[in-house]
Amino acid sequence: MPRTQELHLNMGPQHPSTHGVYRCVLTLDGETVTSAENHIGYLHRGIEKIAESKTYPQFLPYTDRMDYLCPMVYNQGYVETIEIMMGVEVPVRAEYIRVIMAELSRITSHLVMVATMAIDLSSSTGWMYCLREREKILDLIEMVCGSRLTVSYMRIGGVSEDLPDEFIPGLRKFIGELPAYLDEVHELLTGNEIFQARTKGIGILPPDMAIAYGVTGPNLRASGVAYDVRRAQPYSVYDHFNFEIPVRFNGDSLDRYLLRFDEIEQSLRIIEQALDGLPEGEIKGKVPKLIKVQPGEVYHQVESSKGAVGFFVVSDGSNKPYRLHIRGPSFVNIGVFPELARGWKIQDIISILASIDPVLGEIDR
Amino acid sequence: MELLENLFTNIAGWTRTLLSGWSVSYSMIELVILFLGIIAILGLIVLDALILVWLERKVVGFMQERPGPNRLGPAGFFQTIADTLKLLGKEDVVPRAADRWVFRLAAPMVFIPAIMLYAVIPFGKNMVPINLEVGLFYCFSIASLGTMSFLMAGWGSNNKYSLLGGMRTVAQMISYEIPLLLSVLGVVMIVGSLNMSEIVAAQQKVWFVLIQPVAFLIYFVAATAELNRGPFDLPEGEQELVAGVYTEFSGMRWALFFLAEYTNMIATAAIAVTLFFGGWHGPWLPSWMWFFLKVYVLVFMFMLVKWTFPRIRVDHLMHFGWKFLIPLSLANLLLTGVGIQIYRVMGG
Repeated sequence: MPRTQELHLNMGPQHPSTHGVYRCVLTLDGETVTSAENHIGYLHRGIEKIAESKTYPQFLPYTDRMDYLCPMVYNQGYVETIEIMMGVEVPVRAEYIRVIMAELSRITSHLVMVATMAIDLSSSTGWMYCLREREKILDLIEMVCGSRLTVSYMRIGGVSEDLPDEFIPGLRKFIGELPAYLDEVHELLTGNEIFQARTKGIGILPPDMAIAYGVTGPNLRASGVAYDVRRAQPYSVYDHFNFEIPVRFNGDSLDRYLLRFDEIEQSLRIIEQALDGLPEGEIKGKVPKLIKVQPGEVYHQVESSKGAVGFFVVSDGSNKPYRLHIRGPSFVNIGVFPELARGWKIQDIISILASIDPVLGEIDR
Repeated sequence: MELLENLFTNIAGWTRTLLSGWSVSYSMIELVILFLGIIAILGLIVLDALILVWLERKVVGFMQERPGPNRLGPAGFFQTIADTLKLLGKEDVVPRAADRWVFRLAAPMVFIPAIMLYAVIPFGKNMVPINLEVGLFYCFSIASLGTMSFLMAGWGSNNKYSLLGGMRTVAQMISYEIPLLLSVLGVVMIVGSLNMSEIVAAQQKVWFVLIQPVAFLIYFVAATAELNRGPFDLPEGEQELVAGVYTEFSGMRWALFFLAEYTNMIATAAIAVTLFFGGWHGPWLPSWMWFFLKVYVLVFMFMLVKWTFPRIRVDHLMHFGWKFLIPLSLANLLLTGVGIQIYRVMGG
């Protein structure tokens, strides 16, 4: 007696479109996904445990290696947490530089998201276009701190290097050119009939489910909730700048994709204002040679390209953290993926995963 | 010019005279000529594949603002040869759980129909390998055999990704073969023959693409799907199915699939040129040069489409095939029929 059977498919950990070593066990009814199950941990390095055996400055490079697409924001989140615990005054110039670098990092990360979205829908030309633009930002970042991805640029109390002379003209030129290049991507991808069919109305994340799962960042804002740490709990000098929190309301793959473009626009606005208002002065505050933190605990959040990044540091008064916990947005966001994937075609869940934009380095830590 | 025009027919003529000089029987001579033809076509296929792989990578490089292959030979032209040598040196892996015979047969099976297509294509003036009365019918019946081998590859690999890819091939074939056939029927109605040479001869004055533009568009879309090329490369489905039906194939077996794709691409473009672009007709240049020029322009179009569009979803593809292309091609047939009748009444 022939009968139909559900197919269990192991997607990953080695798969072209799982954005790293992520594994998802799919139950398939033909091409339709009836359930999906997250399996993570293939990239676990025990960063939180490592933190307990490193001095406070020594831990900084590890923050780059979590979300390697948006390392500046992780740098910023970590050093700000320690600064709050130590009560260090950070010079305004350093804060401005931090904001510029963090926003540049955010743009690179969003460009990569758009690029992966393109290639996950099999449009490798869109991928190349976005990476070409990202390359220019990476060159700028390299100009400042010598590295492209693992930047380790920020220091407790400031930043490691001042901006070189050729940086600001280079950045201004880039800001002027980027919108035209983004239009190119829109022409190639966003307006495309197939692209619209593949993303519009696919993988809808309702706002209440997003909040219930703790989703933050662009994924939350694409569902119509205007929550951004930069506005909700302003840190650094974000309250000096005039910018909007873009929101979209459908919560589908297309909105999550388009929201990234809106955010790039706002990031450009912030960078422009920061460049105009960039004060002269020191780039590093007065910090003791041996960094020791008085006993206590602090939780501090910043907004990365994926959502809210929180650093929870417990100190026992020594030069090493007693415990350091990190709230990673990708880790939380990926939790909602099985809910979104259910009921869609196997091709759709690739685009849904791309639209959530997880980074495995941060999920597994 | 005259020499170039008749180059290939002359070679055949010389061989005939030479052989009859050696008092070889007539049927033997025909056999030798046929054999030479097959060798020529195989050579053509290999040469074309070499050029096309290089060309495709160059075109993509151009579209994506990167150089493409540029190390080996002038503008990286010998890259394909190096790649082929590498593939030849690779181990031929047959998975332990595979259905051995089905798996092993799949790769040659996909290549054989691709070569067979070339038998009836008029490459130039008096240059049809076999002048078949039902040439067009033969083409499409052979072309659909390719699907069988994809299903064999998908099933035989005993891999879930391959299986999904194989199933997709069949679903795709069912939704695309019909509009493909219906689209060329318009041309057949006008010419009143399935013979490829006669179809070419009928286009001496005007190309059928001008009379049957809709049919050509349908043919182009359906042929892209038939070729499993982007945006319809669902059986491969790299992003979701790793490599689809190709997942378990390695070395030369994999290369055969690749070679078959390019062989099919040339054949499909050649059929399109024969049906819609006047075949080998053209001024100044030798007829076969015209033919290949047109074929390469069409192949270039296939490449542009592949590297511009994202992949379509499998159910959208079937909707598109059944609910849009089939009604459209039926309407085109109706219009063609009415047009022919009006032409007869007016002209006759």
